Amino acid sequence: MTVEKILELKNLQVSFETFGGEVQAVRGVDLTLHKGETLAIVGESGSGKSVTSKAIMGLIESPPGRIKNGEILFEGNNLLKYSKHQIQKVRGKDISMIFQDPMTALNPTMKIGSQIMEGLIKHQEISKHDARKRAIELLALVGIPNPDKRVDEFPHQFSGGMRQRVVIAIALACNPKILIADEPTTALDVTIQAQILDLMRDIQEKMGTSIILITHDLGVVANLAQRVAVMYGGKIIETGTLDEIFYKPKHPYTWGLLSSMPKLHAKTDKLLAIPGTPPDLRKPPKGCPFAPRCPYAMDVCIDHMPQYTASSGSQKTACWLLDERAPKVDPPSTIGVGGEA
Amino acid sequence: MIRYTFERLCYMVVTFFVIVTLTFLSMQLLPGTPYRNAAKMTKEQIAVLNETYGLNQPVPIQFVKYITNMFHGNLGYSFQYDGRSVTQILSEKFPISIELGIEAIIIGVVIGLLLGIIAGIKRNTIWDYTSMIIAVLGISIPSFIFAALLQYWFAVKYQIFPVAYWDGPINRILPAFSLSTIVIATVGRFMRTEMVEVLQSDYITTAEAKGLTTMQVIFKHSIRNALIPVITILGPLFVNIITGSLVIEKIFAIPGIGEQFVTSIYTNDYPMIMGTTIIYSSMFIFIVFIVDVLYGVIDPRIRLAGGK
Ligand SMILES: Nc1ncnc2c1ncn2[C@@H]1O[C@H](COP(=O)(O)OP(=O)(O)OP(=O)(O)O)[C@@H](O)[C@H]1O
Ligand code: SF4
Ligand SMILES: [Mg+2]
Repeated sequence: MTVEKILELKNLQVSFETFGGEVQAVRGVDLTLHKGETLAIVGESGSGKSVTSKAIMGLIESPPGRIKNGEILFEGNNLLKYSKHQIQKVRGKDISMIFQDPMTALNPTMKIGSQIMEGLIKHQEISKHDARKRAIELLALVGIPNPDKRVDEFPHQFSGGMRQRVVIAIALACNPKILIADEPTTALDVTIQAQILDLMRDIQEKMGTSIILITHDLGVVANLAQRVAVMYGGKIIETGTLDEIFYKPKHPYTWGLLSSMPKLHAKTDKLLAIPGTPPDLRKPPKGCPFAPRCPYAMDVCIDHMPQYTASSGSQKTACWLLDERAPKVDPPSTIGVGGEA
Repeated sequence: MIRYTFERLCYMVVTFFVIVTLTFLSMQLLPGTPYRNAAKMTKEQIAVLNETYGLNQPVPIQFVKYITNMFHGNLGYSFQYDGRSVTQILSEKFPISIELGIEAIIIGVVIGLLLGIIAGIKRNTIWDYTSMIIAVLGISIPSFIFAALLQYWFAVKYQIFPVAYWDGPINRILPAFSLSTIVIATVGRFMRTEMVEVLQSDYITTAEAKGLTTMQVIFKHSIRNALIPVITILGPLFVNIITGSLVIEKIFAIPGIGEQFVTSIYTNDYPMIMGTTIIYSSMFIFIVFIVDVLYGVIDPRIRLAGGK
C-alpha cells in the first residue's frame, strides 16, 4: 500500500505497577494507521485495547502506569518524546477520543456548549462568540435537533444516545486527524448503536478523519472498518484487511472470535464462546499467550512466542501453525460470517 | 428553582414552629423556680411575682401570648436582669457571636478547602499525608483545648495576641481560629475524598483528552463538582460552631450569646432561655435553608428539576 501512514506504533510496551506486581498490559504492539481509514482493534476484555489507545493520547496515568518501550509516531514524530505541554497541544486538536460511557463522560455541571467550546478556544484561539457558533454547527453536524437551544443545556437533559453525539461533537471540534473511539456504542441500545455508527461513517466521509475503532463487537467491525487488528494478551496476534480477517483468518484465536459471533442464518442460537480465560498479565507467558486455550497448541507454542508470518501484503499472523514445519490445519466451519459482509 | 426555593421555605417555617413549641413545653418541665430567694418568700409574694410575669395563667394561654408577642418582636423580660427585655439583651450580644461564628466558618472553609484540594490532587504524597494529619488532629482534639493552647502560647508566653475580651480585630484571631479547627478538619477531609473521586471520573479524562492543561482541568472541571457535596456539611458544621462557641466565649471572655445562654440556664431565666433557643434555632434553620438553596444554584440537576 502506498497510502500515507498517519500513525505508527512500534513495539509499544505499557506496564502498571500494582500491589500484586507489574501488570504487563501491552507487550510490544506494532500498529499502523493510514490516512482516512478505519482500523478496528478487537479482542476480549483485558487484552490491552484501552491501554493502547490511552497511550496514544498520552493519558496513561503515571504512576501506576509506565510506558516501558516503543515509539508512537504521529506524522513521523515520536509522541513519547513530547513534553506534557507539547502533548496537550496534540490532544483534542490532532488526535481526539470518544469514550465508552456517555453517561459519565460529560461534566454534569457544565453546559454542553461550554464543554464543546473549551477545546476550540484552547486550540484555535477563536473568540467565545465564534466558538459558540461553531459549537452549534457541531451539534447540528452530529444530528442533535434544535442545536441553538440545546447548546445551553446540561448533560442530564440529554438521553444516552444524544450524549454520545455530544461526546462525538467534542471530539470533532477541532477537526482532528485521528479519532480514537473506545467502544463508542457498547453502552447504548441496539437501535441507537446503529445510529451512532452511521454518524461515524458519515463523519469519516465528510471529514476524511482516520479512525481507530475499539470494540468486541465484530458486527460493528464489519460495518465500519477497512482493516482489523486482533489483540490478545497484550499483543496483536493478527492483522489484515476486513475481508482477510473475516474470510481468510489464519489465527486460531481469530477463528474462535468469529465462531463466537452471532450468525444471521445460524442453525443454532448457541454462541460458541472460547473456553478458558485470558492469560494473567502479571506473569505473562513466554510463548504464545493463547496456548492454554488453543485446541491446536503444540509443544513449541508454550515456550516460544511465534513470529509474524505474512500471508499477503496486508495480513500478518503470529502463530506457529503458519510455520512450514507445522501440520496443516483447516479453520473450523463455524467461522462462516453470517449474512452479507 | 423558584418552586424548589418555595418548598424549602415552607419546610423552614414548619420546622421553626415545631422547635418553638417543643422548647416552650420543655420550659414547663424545668425543675426549680426562677426566683433567687424563693425559699425565703411567702406564698403571697410568689403569687404576686407569678402574676407580674404571667406565670399563673394556664399553659396554652401563656403559649399563645408568647407567640403573639414574638411576632411583635417581644420575647418577654429577663428574670435575672431585673426585667430588661430579652430582645434588647439578645440584640446586644447576638452580633458578637454571629461575627465570631462567621469568622470561624470563613477561616475554616478557606483553609479546609485548600488542604482538601491539595491533598486530593497530590494524593499519596507527603502533601496529602500532612494535610490529613492536620485534619485528624482537628477532628479529634476539642476546640477548647486548642483555645487553651493558643491562649497560652500566643497570648501568655509570646504575647502576640491579647489574652481575652472583644476590643478590636486582633482580639478575633485566637477565638475564631480555635473555633475553626473542627471546620478546617471536616471540610479538608471531605474535600479530599470528593476531589479524589472527581479526579477519577470519566469526564475528567474527557477534559484531559481535549488538551486542557492540568490547571484548567482542576479549576474548571474538578473543584466545582467536588464542592457540591461539601456544601451539605456546612449546615451541621454551623451547629458545631454554635455549640463550640458556648465554651470558647467563656475562655476568651467574649460577651456573646453563648456565655449568656449558660448563665440563663443556671438561673432558670425562662424568657432568656426561650429567646436564645429561638434565635439559635432560627439561625440554624436559616443556614440549612441557605445551604439547600446554594446546593440548587451550584447543581443544575436540582436547579432545573423543580423549575420547569
Ligand atoms: N490503571 C491500571 N492499573 C493496573 N492495571 C491496569 C490499569 N489499567 C489497565 N490495567 C490492566 O491492563 C490490562 C488491559 O486493560 P485494558 O483496559 O486495555 O483492556 P481492554 O482490552 O480495553 O478491555 P475491555 O474490553 O474490558 O475494555 C488489564 O489486565 C487491566 O487489568
Ligand atoms: S501459536 Fe500455537 S498456541 Fe498459539 S495460536 Fe498458534 S497454534 Fe495455537
Ligand atoms: Mg477497554
